[in-house]
Amino acid sequence: MDAVSTTNIVENSCLLLAVIIPLFGSLVVMTLKNNPNLREAISCSASVLLFIVVLSFIPALKAGSTLVFPIFKILPGLSVTLRADGFSMIFALVASSLWVIAVFYSMGYMRAHDEPYQTRFNACFALAIFGAIGVALSDNLFTLYLFYEIVSVCTYPLVAHHQDKESYDGARKYIVYLTTTAKFFLLPALILIYVLVGNLDFPHNIFTGIIPADTKGWIVVLLYVFCIFGFAKNGVMPFHHWLPGAMVAPTPVSALLHAVAVVKVGVFCTTRTMLYVFGVDTMNMLNLGIPTAYFVGFTIIVASVIALSKDNLKARLAYSTVSQLSYIILGVALLTPHAIDGGLIHIVNHAFSKITLFFCAGAIFIASHKKYISEMSGLGRTMPFTFGAFAVASLSMIGAPPVAGFVTKWYLLVGSMEAHQVGILLILIASTVLNVGYFAPVTYKAFFGKRPAGEPETGIKEAPLSMLIPILIAVTVSVVIGIFPGFMMQFVKMVTG
Amino acid sequence: MDVLLIKEGFPLLSFLIFFPLAGAMVLLVNPKETFAKIWTLVVTTLTAVFSIPLLIGFDSTTAKYQFAELYAWIPQLSINYVVGVDGISILLVILTTFIMPFCVLASWNYISTRVIPFMFCLLIMETAMVGVFVALDFVLFYILWEFMLIPMYLLIAVWGGPRKVYASIKFFLYTLAGSVLLLVAIIALYLKTGSFFIPDMMWNNYSTLFQALVFLAFFLAFAIKVPMFPFHTWLPAAHVEAPTAGSVILASILLKMGTYGMLRFCLPITPEATFLFAPYILWLSIAGILYGGFTALAQHDMKKLIAYSSVGHMGFVTLGIFVLNTKGVEGAIMQMINHGVTTGALFLCVGMIYERTHSRELKLASGVGRFMPWYVTFLVFFSLSSFAFPGTNSFIGEFLVLAGTFEFNIVLALAAIPGAVLAAAYMLRMLQKIVWGGTDNPDQSYLTDLCPREIIILAPFLAFVFWIGLGPQPFIDLIHPSVANLLDQLQQWQQQSVALVNL
Repeated sequence: MDAVSTTNIVENSCLLLAVIIPLFGSLVVMTLKNNPNLREAISCSASVLLFIVVLSFIPALKAGSTLVFPIFKILPGLSVTLRADGFSMIFALVASSLWVIAVFYSMGYMRAHDEPYQTRFNACFALAIFGAIGVALSDNLFTLYLFYEIVSVCTYPLVAHHQDKESYDGARKYIVYLTTTAKFFLLPALILIYVLVGNLDFPHNIFTGIIPADTKGWIVVLLYVFCIFGFAKNGVMPFHHWLPGAMVAPTPVSALLHAVAVVKVGVFCTTRTMLYVFGVDTMNMLNLGIPTAYFVGFTIIVASVIALSKDNLKARLAYSTVSQLSYIILGVALLTPHAIDGGLIHIVNHAFSKITLFFCAGAIFIASHKKYISEMSGLGRTMPFTFGAFAVASLSMIGAPPVAGFVTKWYLLVGSMEAHQVGILLILIASTVLNVGYFAPVTYKAFFGKRPAGEPETGIKEAPLSMLIPILIAVTVSVVIGIFPGFMMQFVKMVTG
Repeated sequence: MDVLLIKEGFPLLSFLIFFPLAGAMVLLVNPKETFAKIWTLVVTTLTAVFSIPLLIGFDSTTAKYQFAELYAWIPQLSINYVVGVDGISILLVILTTFIMPFCVLASWNYISTRVIPFMFCLLIMETAMVGVFVALDFVLFYILWEFMLIPMYLLIAVWGGPRKVYASIKFFLYTLAGSVLLLVAIIALYLKTGSFFIPDMMWNNYSTLFQALVFLAFFLAFAIKVPMFPFHTWLPAAHVEAPTAGSVILASILLKMGTYGMLRFCLPITPEATFLFAPYILWLSIAGILYGGFTALAQHDMKKLIAYSSVGHMGFVTLGIFVLNTKGVEGAIMQMINHGVTTGALFLCVGMIYERTHSRELKLASGVGRFMPWYVTFLVFFSLSSFAFPGTNSFIGEFLVLAGTFEFNIVLALAAIPGAVLAAAYMLRMLQKIVWGGTDNPDQSYLTDLCPREIIILAPFLAFVFWIGLGPQPFIDLIHPSVANLLDQLQQWQQQSVALVNL
């Protein structure tokens, strides 16, 4: 299939606006230390503005164009250039829409909890979105790497937010894992590809890739392995340890960054590289796809088993994230159209469902100061909305209809059959069972369990409205995109054709 | 020799060399200290301003020596006063003239005793440094090269820290030992060619043994200056004891003279020996990159940490030079400039902390981020630049060097990668300590944030970090013709000698 000839490339300076809004928003927020209301107003308006700008790309994309905007030309073949195509829109829409919800939620959380350093928190939050949107809109591997590193550095203060020993340890682990893997694997891969190809620009289809056909096989395999491990934000084992460690951060951070922005940056980069640097043809030729699928299949199963053993709700969600992220890579690695569809749509589905779960965890903590699942017995009866949302979102994780996760599972199952991989099919089924195993008891105990002995009847109320509304919005979206997957699916279809 | 030189009407290079010297003479009349400071600032700033026409008038289409001047000096020994710049030296000259005003500003309060002699030393230092980069006559080069040692020695020995005597003597002895061999090599070359004009000595068919000996003499002198592992031990001592301005000059300019010497002398004068020894030097560079990285990771003294990081960064420069391809050598020159900007700025940052806490201990500086937000903002960007964060200047240098190394040999390039990882590790460790610290930070509430003078010092460095990082092409265009010419000649020479062997 020749997608190159049909692509209409249009230069559009609105792309620049999409990265400038969060950056500028962050700078303004930094100056408003003494005016919290104005500060939050700026955060909110920046997030809404960004969402509108991202939405404004849709008509042009629907008309078959790809938007690009070069910012800096650095060396021949090396530039900072932005691009909006179907693939970037999948992530750009998720990141920008969830930023809006998360800004409102974190306002409620941070104020209810009376957290210190809220200015730094808001500024870094916006910077992280700046990095995530930059990643989504990257037109070449260098731009991708640049924004990937910006995300790593700008989220460090968020993880270390509480400035106690635990958070410093978590933050150190976080930055060590992420920068070491990026420097050790990604940097040499980037440079070697530049030396081989002469540029790092993504093509406009998922088949050809940019690696020259006469490159030695072992070099391509080496580059491929480096790229998979280099983007350690994708949570693939064995470089996943930073993710549970980073859960020391305040819950809004865990929610947006470690369910959406940071980890999705990881899988987005991984899949972008698989499809647009190596390409389906090269991966098929060197038979890279199926081994990758089994490799991440290992992560899916092991992370789920670890999640079963965690009593801390956030830790259980963290390992669930590790497991779910690999679904996305698994889908793309199968290299059949339906499997790729399933993998890419899971970027969206997982984002909305997982942010709901984290929001709920935060709401439970604010309302009851409870972190451990074993303490939450009977809590569902006092916090019905929160736990109701939790139940629906966990159905999505499990992959039950009509919630979003079902769409993913459907495509992935079809895709693995197309690829004639019974092993992958079994992994998916086993993982579903495990998902039920670690999510169902939480909801069940909350609604039907006995209140712990000695706990007073009253005192715990439903979470404040400023947190509840974002939760309900997020969970509603999870259901809506499960019933009407068409809106997001159109961007996925732009990728797979 | 005239074919290689492009002359201009106004003797701009001589002006840049002698103007600071003339400025220094004024200080001999023993004026007031404040006047001496302002005067030195004015002189160095004017020198910087007058070096701008050098950039504007520079013809980046030719590899010839431009703004050249030629006067007979001691005709009996065919010693001439010849100066000129080409793509290899132009940015280094500019770097020198632009760094100096900031060195003066950084010493404004730091130096409280013997201010006038200090300023005198800075000015004659500038004369010598500009001279070294533009000299095209070996005697002139050698005299300035040696002359530079004296003010530098004084900067450390008089205004240095507690162990200044040890550090300054060590610096002096190491550098002098290298220089003696340099002198021997120069005289040997003179006896062969009958000329001291540097381009006359290039691309001659010396015997292999002669080339090897000359190369080793050159290499040792320059390797000490760079400093390459294992000749680096003078550097941490000198950096730790030197005053801020001394550290900045040392890191930003003096170290570059070693790698400049390798490019200017080793490659074109002894090409055969270059090919012979390059593989060993490459692995020595890797050793330096890794050793510098590991050692920096273990330091508790901020200046030592940055000093060892210099060993690693300069390892990248020598790596780039000796892979002998365009990307490598251009990357090496860019890395020289970037290291000058970034490490210079980092030493200035450490100096600013030292002025406040009177300590260079990382532990005592931990957690200053809360009280000095402007300071740590600058520090964050310079640290990111130091470990080659994409979008900053050092990334360009490291990227080109590594790209050149990948073209040359994949294994060698992969061996250098841990150096990049280590750089991130030690810089982020330092950054974490200074900005955040831990749960047991010392009380830093008495610290004041940067004053306008200090912001003026650091801001231009930051501008260059991003300018070179995001738009390096104008800089690379300046150096490209000379690098291409050097490598072309080297390649031709290699083919010629292969052809001779085949005959």
